[in-house]
Amino acid sequence: MNIHKRIAGDLVAAGIGFVTTVPCKQLAGVIEEVDRHPEILHVPSNKEDEGMGLCAGAWMGGRRSAIIMQNTALGVTINTLATLIQFYRMPLPMLISYRGEPGEPVACQVEMAVHTKALLAQLHIPAYHFHRQEDVEELPKILDYTFMCSKPVAILTDASFWGGY
Amino acid sequence: MIRSEILQEIAPILRDHLVICNIGIPSQELHAIDDRPTNFYMLGTMGLASSIGLGLALVQPKPVIVIDGDGSILTNLGTLPTIANNPAPNYILLVVDNGSYGSTGDQPTYTGRKTSLAGMARAAGCERVVECRAEETGDVLQEALEADEATVIICKCESGNAKMPVITMDPVAIRDRFMRAVATD
Repeated sequence: MNIHKRIAGDLVAAGIGFVTTVPCKQLAGVIEEVDRHPEILHVPSNKEDEGMGLCAGAWMGGRRSAIIMQNTALGVTINTLATLIQFYRMPLPMLISYRGEPGEPVACQVEMAVHTKALLAQLHIPAYHFHRQEDVEELPKILDYTFMCSKPVAILTDASFWGGY
Repeated sequence: MIRSEILQEIAPILRDHLVICNIGIPSQELHAIDDRPTNFYMLGTMGLASSIGLGLALVQPKPVIVIDGDGSILTNLGTLPTIANNPAPNYILLVVDNGSYGSTGDQPTYTGRKTSLAGMARAAGCERVVECRAEETGDVLQEALEADEATVIICKCESGNAKMPVITMDPVAIRDRFMRAVATD
């Protein structure tokens, strides 16, 4: 099974049936799998804060939801994370491409990479960094943990992780 | 008519349905007029009422009415293509378009000048878009509930706010109460 199928399968196994995405090159494969999966309603969003609104609504409607986005989106979603997801205590797995790490060809991506973990720490958002291929084995546990504690949780996936596949 | 008078008039229609209400004074007004477990009040996060309502409408069958404002739609314009391309027949977006940012001191928005939200919704691909006068809101909303088709209502009204107390309910209590109402048959 390839990594993209595996991740989509883990989402479904965790009971997630609603996923919104804003694309990133590193996430293209997993977004394609999510779109294709019969048990996931995939609603692409135009901006990540909009996507978090969709996820909040779907979750309140009884469907577990998740967002797939790039780390630059943290710059867009701080207010939404604090005043919607955290304030109303909602679970939100965030599968994030961690651009700007070694292997990155675009200098500008580094500018948000240096803030990524600091912003997550400042917001007290649990964050897990997938760097090696086998790190994906933790995904099912992280998803269960997210719905157990009803918090936004970040899964950062860097170029080395995706390059391993 | 101003927004609070419209809410007063449509409250008997709203009370039987799931309502996602916009941040600030709109939520304060609805809360004071007719607080119901089926109301989800936004206490922060300007602009996302329409998105929360769409997510809710897409995953369950009950009608969802979003009470939004022109300022909030303008801050999240990406919502219109998402609504158009993911049609939920049980979704009604009611934009109270008073041409101003009501919660911050009635500063004018661009919809009071050249910009038409009905035109933007149509251009985004929304198929059932109704622009109405404040006095017609109740009838237009009732028709939308019967239409069984995603509807965007742009209700043109006067700028102004009623003086209502700030909502002091705990956000988790609002959300929990709302989720129980969603899950009830």
